[in-house]
Amino acid sequence: MDAMVNTPLAENAPRIAREKPLKIRARNVDVYYGEKHAIKGLNIDIPDGAVSAFIGPSGCGKSTFLRSINRMNDTIPSCRVTGNIEIDNRDIYDKKLDVVQLRARIGMVFQKPNPFPKSIYENVAYGPKIHGLSKGKADLEEIVVTSLKKAGLFEEVKDRLDHSGTSLSGGQQQRLCIARAIAVNPEVILMDEPCSALDPIATARIEELIDELRQNFCIVIVTHSMQQAARVSQLTAFFHLGNLVEVGDTDEIFTAPKDKRTQDYITGRFG
Amino acid sequence: MTDTAIATAPRRFGDNDALVARRYRAERRFKFYGIAAIAVTAVFLVLLFADILVKGLPAFIENRITLPVKIDQAAIDPQNSRDPKIIRAGDFDAPIREAFRAMFPDVTSRADRKKLMGLLSSGAADDFRSMVMSNPALIGQDAKVPVLLSDDADQYLKGRQTGVEKYVGQGTMTAVAEGDKFKLTTDAATLPQPGDVIRMNGGAFRILSVGNGALLAEQLTAPKSLDPAASGAWDIVRFTIPEQNRRVDDQEALWLEHLKEQGVAESGIAWRFFTSGDSREPELAGIRGALMGSILTLLVTLFLCLPIGVAAAIYLEEFAPKNRLTQIIEVNINNLAAVPSIVFGILGLAMFLNFFGLPRSAPVVGGLVLALLVLPTIIIAGRAALRAVPPSIKEAALGVGASHQQAIFHHVLPLAMPGIMTGTIIGMAHALGETAPLLMIGMVAFIVDIPSSFTDAATALPIQIYLWSDLPEVAFQSKTAGAIVVLLLFLFVMNAAAILLRKRFERRW
Repeated sequence: MDAMVNTPLAENAPRIAREKPLKIRARNVDVYYGEKHAIKGLNIDIPDGAVSAFIGPSGCGKSTFLRSINRMNDTIPSCRVTGNIEIDNRDIYDKKLDVVQLRARIGMVFQKPNPFPKSIYENVAYGPKIHGLSKGKADLEEIVVTSLKKAGLFEEVKDRLDHSGTSLSGGQQQRLCIARAIAVNPEVILMDEPCSALDPIATARIEELIDELRQNFCIVIVTHSMQQAARVSQLTAFFHLGNLVEVGDTDEIFTAPKDKRTQDYITGRFG
Repeated sequence: MTDTAIATAPRRFGDNDALVARRYRAERRFKFYGIAAIAVTAVFLVLLFADILVKGLPAFIENRITLPVKIDQAAIDPQNSRDPKIIRAGDFDAPIREAFRAMFPDVTSRADRKKLMGLLSSGAADDFRSMVMSNPALIGQDAKVPVLLSDDADQYLKGRQTGVEKYVGQGTMTAVAEGDKFKLTTDAATLPQPGDVIRMNGGAFRILSVGNGALLAEQLTAPKSLDPAASGAWDIVRFTIPEQNRRVDDQEALWLEHLKEQGVAESGIAWRFFTSGDSREPELAGIRGALMGSILTLLVTLFLCLPIGVAAAIYLEEFAPKNRLTQIIEVNINNLAAVPSIVFGILGLAMFLNFFGLPRSAPVVGGLVLALLVLPTIIIAGRAALRAVPPSIKEAALGVGASHQQAIFHHVLPLAMPGIMTGTIIGMAHALGETAPLLMIGMVAFIVDIPSSFTDAATALPIQIYLWSDLPEVAFQSKTAGAIVVLLLFLFVMNAAAILLRKRFERRW
C-alpha cells in the first residue's frame, strides 16, 4: 500500500476520523482541466455519519474535488482525474463500476437550487422511479412524503404537491432538492455551497437540516462561509491553490490551525 | 514630485452643457432613424399587401347567371333508369345553350350565336351535370340553373374590363338608314360622343362621328323598327376603355349589360377556387390540386425531418464526442442551411429520380427534397433549443442517478421541445413557400387531377402561382394573386402557431 505513505498516522488523525467508520478515502488524487492542474496530490479520509466541510478561497479546487466524488466531472470533456478515490474500499474510478449506480449512491445538492420544472411530487419521485425503488403508487407516495418530511419541507407543501417545484421560494427549493437527493436513499450527500443563494433565515433552516441528516448520511459540504463550516461540520479541510493544506477536527482547525495559510485564511487575511 | 501633482489639476466631471446637448441630440437622431426605418418598412409592407389583396380578392368571387332550364327526360335519362352512368352520359350542353339563346331572341346569325355562347363558361355543362347527378329528382322538371360565365364575361361584370356609364336619353332620337350606316338625329341638349352606344327600339348603334347635330353611327344590333324613340325610351352607354383595349367587345358588353339589367347575373363566392384543380379556363381553375400537393409534400417532409432532425440535434449537442469529425459535420450543417435551394432540386433530380427511379412530379420526391432543405434548419434550431435549457437541469438529473440518456429524454428534451417545434414550424413554412427545388423534380406541370396519394403527379401552391403568373389571360392574374393570398394565409397561420407555442411554453429559470 504505497498510497498509504502520505496518510496521516493514526495518532495524529482527526478525532472524528477515529470515532467514526471511514467512508471515503482519497489517495494521490490529481485533477486536470486540460492543461490546468486543479487538484494536486490530494489525500483525505472522510468519515461516515459526520459532516465534513471543504473551505478555501475561490478556485482552490474544493468544488472540483467534490464533483470528483460522484464523478460529475465526467461530464466535462477536458477533465481528467488520476489517483484513487474509494468509497467503502471500492474504487469509484474502476472501469467496471457503473457511474449511474454510483450517482444513485451519492446524492448531490447544487449551489443554485435546481428543481425540475415539474410538480413537487414529481421532483421527489423521479429518483425512486428510475431506480425502481418503489413497489407501486402507494409505496412511491410514502417515499415522497418521508423524504419531504426528512427535508423539513412537508408541512409547507403538503397541500400543493402538484404545484411546480419552481414556484417555491429559494430556501424551499433547496430543501426540495435535498428531499430529491435523499429520496433515493444515498449513502453520501455532496453539497456544493448549498446556501450561497439563500438568505440567512433559509440558510439557518438548511443548516439545521444538515445537522439532522448527519445521523444517517455521510455529508460533504463545500462552503465559503467559515461560520457555516464551524457551525455544521465535524471535520474541516482547507484547500488552497489545488492543495489540501490541512485536515482536522473542525474545532481544532478554527482554534488552533497548524498551517500558517489556514490561520491566515480563517482570520480573514486573504481569501 | 508633489508640486507637479498639485500643479496639474485633476480632471473631473464638470458641467459641460455642450457635451450633454450633443448627447441628447445624438439620441434623438438615432430614435428618428429607427422610426424612419420602421415607417419605410411598414409602407412597403402595406403597399405589398394592399396590392395583393386588391388583385387577389376578385379571385374569390365569380359571376353566374341563373337560367330557367327544362331538364328534359328524353335527353338525359330516356328510360327513367335513374342510373348515374346513364345520367352522366346525358346531353347537358344543349339545354343550357337553348335556355341562354332564349334570352337573346334577336341574335340569329351563326357568328353572333357563337360569340354569344362564348360568354358562357365551357364548364357550365359540367356544373349542370353534377347538379342533376346529385339530385336526379330534377329530371323532367323546370329548374333554375346557375350557369358560370366565361372568364372575360366574369372580368367584365367585376368591372375589370372597362367602366360603364349610362345616360337616359333626353329628347327624341331618330335613326335613318344611310347606306350601311345610320344617321341619328336628336333634339337633346347634350350630344353623345364618338364611341358611345345608343340603345333604342331593342337595337344598338355605335356613334362613329358627330357633326352638325347629326350622328353617324353603325349598327351593332338590329332594332325592331326605326321609329323615333321618345325621351326616356333610349339611352346612351359609354365605355370608359376603348373597344380595342379590352377583351370584351361592345356587342358582348351590351349583352352582358342586358343580363345585368334583367337581373339574372349574380355574383357569389367562388368555392370552385378551393374545390377544383387547375384548368386552362381561368374561371374553372382552382387551387385544390396545388394545395393537396403542398400538403402531401409537407407531410412527407415533416415525417422525415422531425425525427431525423431532432435525433441529429440531440446526438450532436449531447452525445457526440467533440472532435474534428463532429466539427466538420457541424460546420457543414451550417453550410447546408445556406445552400441555394435549387441545388437541392438538382440533387433530388439526380438521386431520387435518376438513381432511385422514383416517379416524377410526385409529392414523395418533393417531400424528400424539401426534407433535405429543411433538415439543417431544424437541426440548428433543435440544437439552439437544447443549448438553451440550463445545464443545472441536466446536472440535477445526473445527480439523482439518471443516466445521460434519461437526463436528456426525461428533462432536457421536454424543455427544449417548444423551441424545437418552433424551429420545425418555421422550417415547414419555409418549405411551403419553396419553389425552385420542386421545379427540378418535375412538380412544375399542368395537372388537372387532384393528387390523392404520395406518388400521384402533383404540383405545389407556390408553383401553381408561378404557373398562373405566366399565363396571358387577365383572369389568371387575379387567380395568381388569390393563390398568393391563400399561401400567405397559411404562412401566417404557421408563424402564428410558432409564436403561440413559444409564448405558451416559454419558461423562466
